[in-house]
Amino acid sequence: MSMSLLVVQILNGLQLGVLLFLIAAGLTLVFGVMNFINLAHGVQYMLGAYLAVMFYTITGSSLLALVLALFSALAFGLFLEFVVFRHLYERDHLDQVIATFGIILFLNQAVKYVWGAAPLSLPVPELFSGSVVLMPGLLYPVWRLVVISAGLIVALMLYALVNLTRLGMLVRAGANNAPMVSALGVDIRRLFMIVFGFGTMLAGFAGIMIAPILSVEPGMGDTILILAFVVIVIGGIGSIRGAFIAALLIGLADTLGRSFSVDVLRLVMAPSPARTVGPAIASMLIYLMMALVLYFRPTGLFPPKGRVR
Amino acid sequence: MTAPLRESALGREILPIAIFLGFALLPVAAAFGAEAYLLDLFMRVMIFAIAALGLDLLVGYGALVSFGHAAFIGIGAYAVGILAAHDINEAWITLPVALIAATAFGYLTGTICLRTRGVYFIMITLAFGQMAYFLASSLAPYGGDDGLTIHTRNTLFGLAPFADTRLFYYIVLACLIGCYWLCRALVVSRFGRVFRGARENATRMATLGYDIHRYQLAAYAISGALGGFAGFLLANATDFVSPAYMSWQRSGELIIMILFGGLGTLHGAIIGALAYLLLGEWLSDLTENWKMIFGPLLVLIVLLARGGLLGLVGQLAARWRRKSIAEPQS
Repeated sequence: MSMSLLVVQILNGLQLGVLLFLIAAGLTLVFGVMNFINLAHGVQYMLGAYLAVMFYTITGSSLLALVLALFSALAFGLFLEFVVFRHLYERDHLDQVIATFGIILFLNQAVKYVWGAAPLSLPVPELFSGSVVLMPGLLYPVWRLVVISAGLIVALMLYALVNLTRLGMLVRAGANNAPMVSALGVDIRRLFMIVFGFGTMLAGFAGIMIAPILSVEPGMGDTILILAFVVIVIGGIGSIRGAFIAALLIGLADTLGRSFSVDVLRLVMAPSPARTVGPAIASMLIYLMMALVLYFRPTGLFPPKGRVR
Repeated sequence: MTAPLRESALGREILPIAIFLGFALLPVAAAFGAEAYLLDLFMRVMIFAIAALGLDLLVGYGALVSFGHAAFIGIGAYAVGILAAHDINEAWITLPVALIAATAFGYLTGTICLRTRGVYFIMITLAFGQMAYFLASSLAPYGGDDGLTIHTRNTLFGLAPFADTRLFYYIVLACLIGCYWLCRALVVSRFGRVFRGARENATRMATLGYDIHRYQLAAYAISGALGGFAGFLLANATDFVSPAYMSWQRSGELIIMILFGGLGTLHGAIIGALAYLLLGEWLSDLTENWKMIFGPLLVLIVLLARGGLLGLVGQLAARWRRKSIAEPQS
């Protein structure tokens, strides 16, 4: 367990963390403000990645691809909101789960139909290609650092937006008590749409940023979606701050667990069982964390205060 | 929410009997063609119907939406698979192990899950389902991600009732009828009334002196045991177990099944499993991109048909009845 390996894994964990935060932020807002379970949030992330690849092949410019993909993802999210989700806000969670599950089935297959089942890849933008030396003997890809900083910047912006602007105030109020906000004369439908569009854009952004690192393939949104749900449940539904802390926690725990569980277990048991038990514990670690958190705090670490539902 | 109690004699008595009769007569019809395929398909329907019955008990009667129910099927299946890998094929050992393992998992996770409510309950059951999934994926000695082939089906006192497809089919049917009967008895028992009461008004039931948590936990464990039982049958029917049995999509499919048939009716769970699996089978024959049809279909069903297929039939029947009252015969 060398020092440089530890640093690399911490950075990788941070990168997974900010990625999860980008997805979980939209999810927790949609969930908190509209009380709407959107399983289809993960496919928005997948779609962002695919759109980025598509626009890159068309235009050949990374920047154009980013901008175009971002706005197409937003447009598609709003389209879905208009056609389907809008009719589900008043329904119970079971209906929402099933309908959005249907959308996942459709989009995963549609993506396969349009772009093929084989994984695609997006080249790293030239400006950020290559690696930098962080410590003697430690090279780290620049793009991953860009992803981490972009995530942190978005987190800061989101913090400012939610805590310092009038729109953010309405969103916070909506997460606490949506009927009351509506009764005070705020057009809650419009607020919902803004929040929803914003959430889908963040998820699409996450997909675009990660496309040069991961392979772009159908179903890539499903795994990340489950992780994002774990994040918002640990963080407390409706809380941006909770989502941020939980996302970093989950990102670090998952990455470090996978890299070091065998080494840690070898301190207490023989090497061969450690090699078997280690990966098992590592892949269950975040779910164990979630179970623990919910056991002691059934509404997560930072539930919005005075939430009425 | 009183609809399930007011259902007609048709829904309560005749429909289940008709379903079971249909299942019983299927092998006769299948003998005229594609027997192996049909028996295989309907066996799968009945096995998933058993798991769906268990889930309906929770969701339909207790409003406890478990999104990790596939884990129980997987646990039952893995009990058979792992024991078979150690050359233990006697059903008198594997079945109790499958049931106990599933019940224990239900009891342990239920203790934690039931501390939460609503959305958190959905999410935490999902998390436990994922946990079971990843645990199975990392069982390297038992196939890991690739799953595990079962070389010999379970025996019963040295006999091999599962080896003959037709006999196995009728055994599964008998199991389904048994589970259905058990669930019916459970729902109308004192236990079932308290459990249903907790759905309607938890505070009132608690005030009446019932420890609701205990009832819900017991129902969760029973529901899990039914899932484990389905898993035991599934492993024997497919000769194979894999982590895919526990994937969260499978849990979603189980919920779709009970929603298809209509919640809180029990026979709705059977009809739902039948409708879901046959529809999937039919669409996948039609085109390999069948999920592009099936996905929007799900959305439409949720938006238009409240109460599932049975509810839809009920609505149509009610409309027809109103019409015939409005226009009395002269």
